[in-house]
Parts: sequence; C-alpha cells; structure tokens
Amino acid sequence: MISRRDFLKNTAKVVAGVSIPLAAIEILSPARVHAIKADSSIRWAFLVDTYKCVGCGFCVKACKNENEIPYDANVTRTWVERYVLTKDGKLFADSPKGARDGFISTKIDLGMGNFQDVKKEDIKKAFFVPKLCNQCDNPPCVQVCPVGATYQAPDGVVMVDRTWCIGCGYCIMACPYGVRFFHPKYHTAEKCNFCYHRITKGLKTACVQACPFGARQIGNIKDPNDPIAKIITTERVGILKSEFGTKPQVFYIGLDEEVR
Amino acid sequence: MVHGELWTAKELFVTPNEYIYWSVQIVMYPFMTGLVAGAFVLSSLYHVFGINKLREIARFALVFSFALLFVAPVPIILHLQHPLRGVNVMMTPHFTSAIAAFGIVFSAYGAIVASELWFLYRKHFVDVALPLKEKQDKTPAEWLKFLVFCTLTLGVYDVSEDSLKRDEKAIKLLAGLGIPVACFLHGYAGFIFGSVKANALWMTPLMPVIFIMSAIVSGIALCMLTYILTMEIRKFMAKRKSASAPRHETREELQSAEVNVIRMTAKYLLFFLVFAISLELLDLIFRGYTATKSWDVLRSVIYGKDFTSIFILQYGIGNLIPLILFLTPGLTIRRAVIGVMFVLFGVFMMRWNVVIGGQAFSLTFAGYMHYHLPIIPHNIETLKEGLFGALGVFIMPFVLFYFMAKIFPVFDVKESH
Repeated sequence: MISRRDFLKNTAKVVAGVSIPLAAIEILSPARVHAIKADSSIRWAFLVDTYKCVGCGFCVKACKNENEIPYDANVTRTWVERYVLTKDGKLFADSPKGARDGFISTKIDLGMGNFQDVKKEDIKKAFFVPKLCNQCDNPPCVQVCPVGATYQAPDGVVMVDRTWCIGCGYCIMACPYGVRFFHPKYHTAEKCNFCYHRITKGLKTACVQACPFGARQIGNIKDPNDPIAKIITTERVGILKSEFGTKPQVFYIGLDEEVR
Repeated sequence: MVHGELWTAKELFVTPNEYIYWSVQIVMYPFMTGLVAGAFVLSSLYHVFGINKLREIARFALVFSFALLFVAPVPIILHLQHPLRGVNVMMTPHFTSAIAAFGIVFSAYGAIVASELWFLYRKHFVDVALPLKEKQDKTPAEWLKFLVFCTLTLGVYDVSEDSLKRDEKAIKLLAGLGIPVACFLHGYAGFIFGSVKANALWMTPLMPVIFIMSAIVSGIALCMLTYILTMEIRKFMAKRKSASAPRHETREELQSAEVNVIRMTAKYLLFFLVFAISLELLDLIFRGYTATKSWDVLRSVIYGKDFTSIFILQYGIGNLIPLILFLTPGLTIRRAVIGVMFVLFGVFMMRWNVVIGGQAFSLTFAGYMHYHLPIIPHNIETLKEGLFGALGVFIMPFVLFYFMAKIFPVFDVKESH
C-alpha cells in the first residue's frame, strides 16, 4: 500500500521529470501557425521613381542610422548610383560611399583615387538610381545558404539570422545585385530587409521616410487598394536584371538600359 | 574595417558592397580537394582496373590521399567569418545549397578511404601487434605501439589465406565505389562555382568536369612528386646502409624501379592533362563565340587584366611546358620533377584564375576589382587569409603524411595487395 507521503513525492518527481523535456516543445498559437504556413495576405514591394531622385543621399544616411551599419564603414544596405552618359557614347557611373553624403561633386569617381570631370555641354543624359535589396520572389541567396541562416518570410522579405550565419559568403556571391556584405561588427551576412522591424508595425522604411521627394515608396502588392500596388500593377515599370530569373520585387519608374 | 576591403582595390564603376570576399583560402580549397580526389583516382587505377605497373605508387597514393583528406576542410574553416559555427553545416544542412552536401560527401568519402586503408593494412597491423602482445616486459614506447596497433586491428586477428582473399575483394569494391565519390567530392566543388548564376565567369555546366579533370592531374602530379622525394631519400639511405645491411635494396634497383613507375604514371598524367586543357579551351572559345552580354568585360579580364596569370602562368608555364617536358622521349627523374612542379603550379593558377578572376570584375560589368594578397600578416585576418595561411595549408598534408606513414608504411610491406 502506497502511503500518501510517497504518493505525493512520486507525483512531484514525475511532474518534474516530464516537464523538463516538455519545456522544449513550443506551443504555437493558431495565428502564428497561420503566419508561418500562410498564404500571407501581404507581399511587400518597393517602388522607385528615378525621375524624382536627386541624389541627396538622405535615404542612405537614414538607413545606416536605423539599421546600425557603422557610419564610416564602406558598406551599406542601400545606395544611390549616378549615371552620366556623354554625347560621344561613353558611360560614367559611380556611387562614392554609397552616396551617403550625396553627390556633392560633379567629378565622377573612377576608383583608385582617379576622378573624371565631365563638362556640362558634353552630357547627353544623367540621372540617379537608388538601389536596395530586391526581396526577390526566387532569391538565389536563400537557395545557396548552406545552413538555412537566410530565409524568406511569407510576406516576401528575405532576412538573415545573425545567430546562425557561418559567414561563408556564398550568399554574397550568389546575389546578382550586390546588396549583400559582411557586417563589420557581427561578421555575418548583412542585407536590406525593408526595415522589417518598422514595416511590420505599420511604419514606412527608414529610407522611404527620409526621402524628401517621394522617390522611394513601399506597399503591399497583394492589396488592390494600396496606392503603390496600383502604380506597380497599372503603370509601366521596370525591374533590374530580369535575365537572372530572380523575380525582383523592387520596381522602377524611368529605368534606362544603361542601368546596371 | 569591412571584410575584404583590405585586399581589394576598386577601379571604375563598382557597387559599394562589392569586395573580393572569396580570397586565397577559397583558391586553396578546390586545390586541396582536387589533390585528394586525384590521389585517390590514381590509387584506384591499380586496385580497380588492375594496372599492375602502378602497384608501387597506388598504396602510396592512397595513404597520401588520406593525409590530404584531413586538410581539405581547413581552408574553409580559415575562410569562415564564424569558424566555430562551421559545424552548423552538418547540423542544419540546407540542401538547396551546394555547400550543404559537403558534410555528407566528405564523411562518406572519408569512410571509404579509411576502410580501404584498413583492409589494405590489416595484415600489417596484426603482424605488428601479435609479437608485441607476446613480449613480456614492454618499454613504454612499445606499450604505446602495441595499444595503437592493437586498436587498429579492431579485434580481427584472422590473417588466413582465405580471409586475405576476401580483403582483396573488399579493397577492389571500395576502390571502385571511391572513384565516383571522389569525383563527386570534387565535381561538386566545381558545382559550387559553376552554379553561381550571378557570376558571369563561373556559370558554366562545364565547371564540375573541368574541376574533376584538373583535380586528377594535380593529384597524380603531387603523388609523383612525393613519390620521387621519398624514393630519393630511400636511395640516400640505401647508399649509406648498403655496406652494413645487405637486406636493403641497392641504389641501382631503386633507381630503375623509380624511373619505370614515373614513366608509367606520367602517361596517365598526360592523358588527363590534355583532357583538362581541351575542356578549358572549349569553355573559353565558347564564351568568345557566343559573346553574350558579359563577354565584353570577360574579354577585358581574360585577355587584358589577367593575361599574365591566365596565358603565361597557367597555360604557358603550367600546361605547355610540362606537355613538352613529358612528351619528349626518354623521361628522366629530374625532368619529371620539373614537369610535375609546373603542373601543380598550373593547376593552382587555374583555381586562382577561377576564384580570384571571377571576382576581378564588378556585377555592373563596368568596373574591376584587383586583389592584393596579404603577405606580411598584421592581424588574424591577414594571417588566415594571407600568404602564410595558404602556405600552412599546403604544408600540412606533408606533415600529416610523415606521421601516417609510420602507421601505414608505404614501401616496406612484403606481399602487398
């Protein structure tokens, strides 16, 4: 016959013993399961109007501050490129420091300490093109990550798990747009994530908010009433490097064939 | 400082985040795995296809392949930004990635080589362990030797005629199985590069095949080189011992054996070398002929910026000169040594021109990046991914081989398979 004392003792042991392994099991709320499996009702897309960009670099500054990319490090999650085409058919392009400080000089940075001054009357056309992660529908960076540290959320945004990235650099090699780099402090792969911490709370990305001219806009392409989605779906927009089959989700108004 | 910034110089239009992220250790990685695969294929030529003339070098090549095997992952570890997390590749392999297979292919290959070695040396282990077991008062050194060899026998002391026959069958099977795995191990290193669609120079389905061919070339070359070196040492020893110990082969016997083995192996080297060069040239011609969007920048890199390292160092010194050296009749040991050293250099330059050359131009196709190999290390990064890191990786297999040859003697075993 088991005494009450032993019964309580044993019960306590069993409860303690079972609860340890059970603690490893996470109970998911139905809402979270839905969010993970989901056909999400959100697909973030970005619209860049190159006609409106003046190359001030406010977006780059804002991005660096918002996302804690060391301000003086020569890497950046977003940048602005300047294209200058001359009448004799030459292309000059640069993005000094990712245009963090804007294009304050008319001289084109040729690298290795060389600069080229293009005379105003020689210019056929010139324009700025902001760049950021294209959050591709078919992201090659996610495909090549050997440990699954980079992944795509159901709403289309591609992110990096800094606690799991081994720093092999394969994703950096695989990205046709050159948006990835090693974070100077964490030494893991780093990229633009459309300010995921902001957009999931209903805010705009740091660069969208910082742009004084509305050259950058973000919206939900699955929402027919979204003004950005309307522009993307009803107007003539272009994408970068379609030949790679990555299905980029950053759309451009006023794209030129010279844009790389 | 950003990783890669130290050794990258940018010219013309290069986007802000582009650097030469894959540096000299990623050149070493396919070079070393290539040597592993090549050495194994050489040893299998004897074990599987029964090419008896390669008997002497086959056993040698297998042990050397095993030594190289342990060095193959070292360049990757040195390259990783988080080396301690390298094991994540085994823990959470993401199978759409070419690198994720590394753990599996590598372990499978390691298991095959290890078991083949065990079958090959089983009798030797027993021969060493049994007399030591009988011996009464063992010295500490003998105790250690006894423990090591006793463990290596794995408790199997049956060395009857019958069981040795079965061993031979197992070796043949493992060597046969090992060839496709070795080719896969290296072919997939080629796939890592060939499947990067963002890189205009790397993306070609020929890449894995080119890698396998040049791997076999380099593996055979390294085996020949090491074989000659060890034979020279043995000849030197034979010269010294000839008076006191008559059981050793004479210097002349060794000399003729050496020349025979080297001439035979050189033929296989030539065969694979011609195959490798043909594939590489095919790739080059095809790119020029189809002249897609990327050709303009590729041409300027191949025929301009990297002309010296591609056409002079790789094709000239690394391929053409060895071809002439080996094709001229009456191959001597001295000529063979020069030839295989040039071959090894050529294969290294091929890896260099793929890895570094593939990052020599920008994604914009309108800019270039120049790589400056860090020579004098001034921090951990320039030590790991600099000249000394690469040299360390290259020397490591020889050191390992020295110790392994103590357990797996490559020459003095009587009645070899």
